[in-house]
This record gives sequence, structure tokens and C-alpha cells, in this order.
Amino acid sequence: MPDWAQLKIPEIDFQDIIYYSAPKQKPQLDSMDDVDPELVETFNKLGIPLEEQKMLAGVAVDAVMDSTSVKTTFKENLAEKGIIFCSISEAVQEHPDLVKKYLGTVVPPEDNFFGALNSAVFSDGSFVYIPKGVRCPMELSTYFRINAANTGQFERTLIIADDDSYVSYLEGCTAPMRDENQLHAAIVEIIALENAEVKYSTVQNWYPGNSEGIGGIYNFVTKRGLAKGRNSKISWTQVETGSAITWKYPSCVLMGDNSVGEFYSVAVTNNHQQADTGSKMIHLGKNTKSTIVSKGISAGKSQNSYSGLVKVIKRAENARNFSQCDSLLLGDKCGAHTFPYLTINNDSAQVEHEATTSKIGEDQIFYCNQRGISTEDAIGMIVNGYAKEVINKLPMEFAVEAQKLLQISLEGSVG
Amino acid sequence: MLSIKNLHASIEGQEILKGINLEVKPGEVHAIMGPNGSGKSTLASVLAGRDIFEVTDGEVTFQGENLLEKEPDERAKDGLFLSFQYPVEIPGVSMVNFMRAAVNEVRKHRGEPELKSSDFLKVLRDKKALVEIDSRLTNRSVNEGFSGGEKKKNEIFQMAMLEPKLSILDETDSGLDIDALRIVANGVNKLKTPENSTIVITHYQRLLDYIVPDVVHILYNGKIVKSGGKELALDLEKHGYDWIKKEMEA
Ligand SMILES: Nc1ncnc2c1ncn2[C@@H]1O[C@H](COP(=O)(O)OP(=O)(O)OP(=O)(O)O)[C@@H](O)[C@H]1O
Ligand SMILES: [Mg+2]
Repeated sequence: MPDWAQLKIPEIDFQDIIYYSAPKQKPQLDSMDDVDPELVETFNKLGIPLEEQKMLAGVAVDAVMDSTSVKTTFKENLAEKGIIFCSISEAVQEHPDLVKKYLGTVVPPEDNFFGALNSAVFSDGSFVYIPKGVRCPMELSTYFRINAANTGQFERTLIIADDDSYVSYLEGCTAPMRDENQLHAAIVEIIALENAEVKYSTVQNWYPGNSEGIGGIYNFVTKRGLAKGRNSKISWTQVETGSAITWKYPSCVLMGDNSVGEFYSVAVTNNHQQADTGSKMIHLGKNTKSTIVSKGISAGKSQNSYSGLVKVIKRAENARNFSQCDSLLLGDKCGAHTFPYLTINNDSAQVEHEATTSKIGEDQIFYCNQRGISTEDAIGMIVNGYAKEVINKLPMEFAVEAQKLLQISLEGSVG
Repeated sequence: MLSIKNLHASIEGQEILKGINLEVKPGEVHAIMGPNGSGKSTLASVLAGRDIFEVTDGEVTFQGENLLEKEPDERAKDGLFLSFQYPVEIPGVSMVNFMRAAVNEVRKHRGEPELKSSDFLKVLRDKKALVEIDSRLTNRSVNEGFSGGEKKKNEIFQMAMLEPKLSILDETDSGLDIDALRIVANGVNKLKTPENSTIVITHYQRLLDYIVPDVVHILYNGKIVKSGGKELALDLEKHGYDWIKKEMEA
């Protein structure tokens, strides 16, 4: 087990985990009236359309909005452009050359403990291939809104962007996700070839446990992108609000000359949640550029850490990095920590690091109250102002929901 | 409008307000003066509902309703406005968004529909002109990096936007230059109607030259020890508080 993160991880009995089970068919409910009212309330607060609420909650949907038909047209559109977008198990069957060529090249099985676990037992996940010169015409997200309900425990994702291509991919969903499996260990590998750009966005809202810190998902994820070609670019954007424990460091290996890596993150912890997240930017090529913007928000008795590494190797001339790590505290029982590591082996590198810590004060809340704004809305406004830079990087349709999600995640944390 | 009876309040077990009585009728302007630390801002905060203060006795009715049982945002929506002695900075929240949220909350409370974006921006422009506030300030974060005087102007700008029933101006004049004082005072006067009331907390007569009070009160050691007409402010300006202290001790 990795022990360097700022996390208290309860002992996990790895023998006691069922490593493969076919996704359980959720019991179909007849109408929204049968759904847990608390869940419905959250859906409404998030502004999720009714049809999608039904799908997420496992309510039978009418034929018009049948998810399979939506999926089919969607797939047809993609196929026209030669884009491959399917489950990884399907890809193994249908596109073995691509899978063999790239799987495990960015995150090898021996990379880290949880990565090894995933590599040994992963059951399914997604596969994306964007051919040369193709700009994926839509956010690969609609699909996920519909399928989010069945994400697996040991998910494996492989995204390949061939020369001169572009894709924006969104994983997850703002709706609260419950799962009986406590341990999640996913791997995401991205490969960007010459002039290719991949934008990967995550909204993570897994069950965080109750206010006493009982239950909740352990989320140990290895995400890494290889900016392999010249002028390639990989951007990670994440909004992390769920899980009892989050351990993830979406990283970029900037191998191609002039390649660019970006990491934009908002991580919220409340009650007893713990998050240790950040990014590694490994500069290998010349004129490579990376940006890290991390915004931690801690409330309740939670602990929120940024851990990151910027590494510039000897032959990486003119590497540039800008890192900004901000922490926002609500209340005085939570913690925020920043651990930026730098390994610079080339004198031409320009590396900048900024960090701030601030607190939402009782006086700020009162000032908002005095203008007629409720405490919850005041926190929402302040938090969203603080996280704006990251939220703005999300695909439009998710930005609004993500804003509301931040507010909901912090409900009841002040006053 | 506002009726305060025997109001006692304390912070951290220390009593600051020691039995305040005050009646403010619609359309009236009251001035509260008093030495530093006498409890003026505390009174304003307690009326606005700041919960770091504990009300230990007394009652307050605002427009016929029990004020003390309401949450601070409810009080604001009912039309109580406090111009802060020390306005608070809120980084990351633009003045425009802040005001849009506030105005719409108040409108919702009154059963009015939310303002359309274009209508809101028009009101914003008009009210900015009223207090002659620098146009760029509304694009910045709430009070962040504003000069002392700009913060005070910004308070009156917000008052203009929200059109409260009762405004409590806590030392709005301090920190304003001579021109700004006149502009702000004129702004307050333009917003005056026969229905709304104002409580002006100040140390200086010169504000009261512009905003002429119907009644002047002297708050001393947590109590209103003297009330009178606008001449009382002139007396204070001339003689300071010593004579009040002597009177109290006598
Ligand atoms: N948050 C607080 N904690 C402790 N004491 C406080 C607090 N706020 C006010 N006080 C005390 O209450 C008393 C009254 O303060 P208040 O701010 O109401 O005075 P004021 O009349 O407004 O004075 P000034 O003219 O200087 O503005 C002072 O002794 C002050 O120290
Ligand atoms: Mg004061």
C-alpha cells in the first residue's frame, strides 16, 4: 500500500473483495414516486432533467427517450467519422491491434499498488479512438449521463487521439452515486499523438459516507496521459466532491516537443471525508508547458491535501510550469495541506508556484445574509467564485450542475 | 416602523446593551451619537440579527412583527438594511452577481418576479448614477480592494438597489471625502420617502447638516441617556461628552 499520501486509510481486506461480478440489474421502479425522496430532492437541486432522473434512479422510461435508441444514433454519428467509442471488452475483441499497441503503455501494471490491482482484475471500462485529423463532433458525455449508473468497480479506460485529432471526454455525473462496492480502483490512460488534443473532465460524486464518517467509497484512481506527439495537449479537469477517501493524481507525461499538460481541480471535503489529490507533470520534451490549478475546499472535520510533482529532466530545454494551489476552509475543525514537489534538472526551466489559504468567515456570511441572501446561497456564491477558474473549464452543460453540486456538498457546514 | 423595548444584549457573557428603548415612526430620521465603545454598532448588529450577540432581554417589533425571532436574511428581505461601519470583502464574488442575487431574493419575498437581465442592468446603472459610484467598481469582487470611501459609497449604492423600509447607517460618513459626503448624503435624501425611515449613527454634526434628523439620541454605556432635537448634535459638537458623563454621575 502506498503510504506517502496524507490519508488515514483503514485496513482493507483484499481477500474479501469479489473481483468480478456482472453489473447487477437494478430493480426497475414504476415511477418517480417510488424513488427515495432525498435522492429526488438532490436531483432537483442539481437541475437534472426528469427523463435523466428516471434513468439514473432506475425508473422505466418511455419509448421516446429510450436510452438504447439515443445511444444508437449517437454511435452512428461517431462511426461516420471513424471514431471508435465502445467498452474496453468490446475493443479487445474488435480492435485488438490498437488495444495491444497502447494498453498499459502509460500506466504499466507494476506502476503502483492500486494500478497493479486494476491491471490484474479490471472487468470493463471504455475505449476511445479518434482517427487522424478528426475533431470529435460532440462531447463524449451524453453517453455517460445515460450509462453512469453502471460504472464498475475496477474500471479501465483507454483513450487514443491520433495525429491532429481532438476529443473532449466527460466521466461521471453530478448525481449522487451509490454503490455497494466500497473499493474503487480505476485506471485511465490517455495517449495524444502529434498535434492531438484530449480534454478529460471528471465530476465525481460517489457516496462520501454519512456525517459520522461511516461508510463511503474508497476511490483510488490512477490517471495518466502521455502527450507523445509534438504539439500535443492533454487537459485534466476534475470536480471531486464524493467518496470517503480520494486518492488520485491525474498526470501528464510531456514527451513530445512543445507538448502541453494541464490540470484543473476542485476538491471538496466535508464531514469526515479525506482527499489527497494533485498532479504530476513530467517534462521530457523541449519547450513543454504545464499548468496546475488546484482549489481545495474543506469543511466539517475533513482533511484535504494537494500533493503534486513537477519534474523537468536534463534534456527538457525551456520547460515551463505554473502551479497554483489554493485552499479554502469552512469552520475550524478541518484541515488543508499542500505538498508541492519540484525536481528540476535543467537550468532553462521556468517554474512558478503560488499558494493561498483563506477562510469563509462568519462576517462574510453575515454580510450576505444582511442583503437577503441565505447562508447556503452565500456559501454557494463564495465557493463558486473561488472555484470559477476550474468550473469554467468544464463542458458548458456540466458547469451549471457542478456549481450547484459544490453548494449541495457543503450544505449544513456553516452555522 | 421600529419599536425597541428594554433591549439587553451581550457578547461572550459581557453585557453591551443595557436596556435600550427606541421608537421610530415611518418617514422619520433618527440620529444616534455616543462615545466610542458605547454600543452603537452593537445595537445595529443586534437589529440585523448577527448571532455572535446574545439578546438576553427585551423585545423589538419591526413593521408590527417580532423582529428577534427572524433570521438575518429574513430581516433583510423584510426591508431592514444595515450600512456596515466596516464593510466586508468577499473575494471571487462580483458586485453585479452579488446584487443580482440580493435584489432577486428581496423581490421573491415580495412576491414579485425576478428581474430580467436587461432590466436589472438598467436599475444598476440608474442607482450607480445616484451615488456617483465608479462604474468599474461593480465589476470587481464585493468590496475587495475598495478604498475606505469606496466601500462606504458602495453601501449606499446597495441601499439604493434594495430600497429598504428601514436603513441603519453605521458611520457611513467616516472615511468619505468632502465631496463624497455630500454625494452620499444627497443619495440618502433622494431615497427618502414618507414611508421609509433612517437611523444614522455618526460622530459628527456635519453629516446631519445634510441628513437632517427628527430626533437625536445619545447612547452611553449601553443605554440611551438623552434624546432631543437636532440642536442636541450641535451641543455635542461644541461640548463633547463630558457634560453627559457628569450628568450621569450626578
Ligand atoms: N465581537 C466582539 N467581541 C468582544 N467585544 C465586542 C465585540 N464587538 C463589540 N464588542 C465590545 O462592545 C462594546 C461596544 O462596541 P460597539 O462596536 O458597539 O461600539 P460603538 O459605539 O459602535 O463604537 P465606535 O464609535 O467606536 O464605532 C465595545 O466595548 C466593544 O469592545
Ligand atoms: Mg461602531
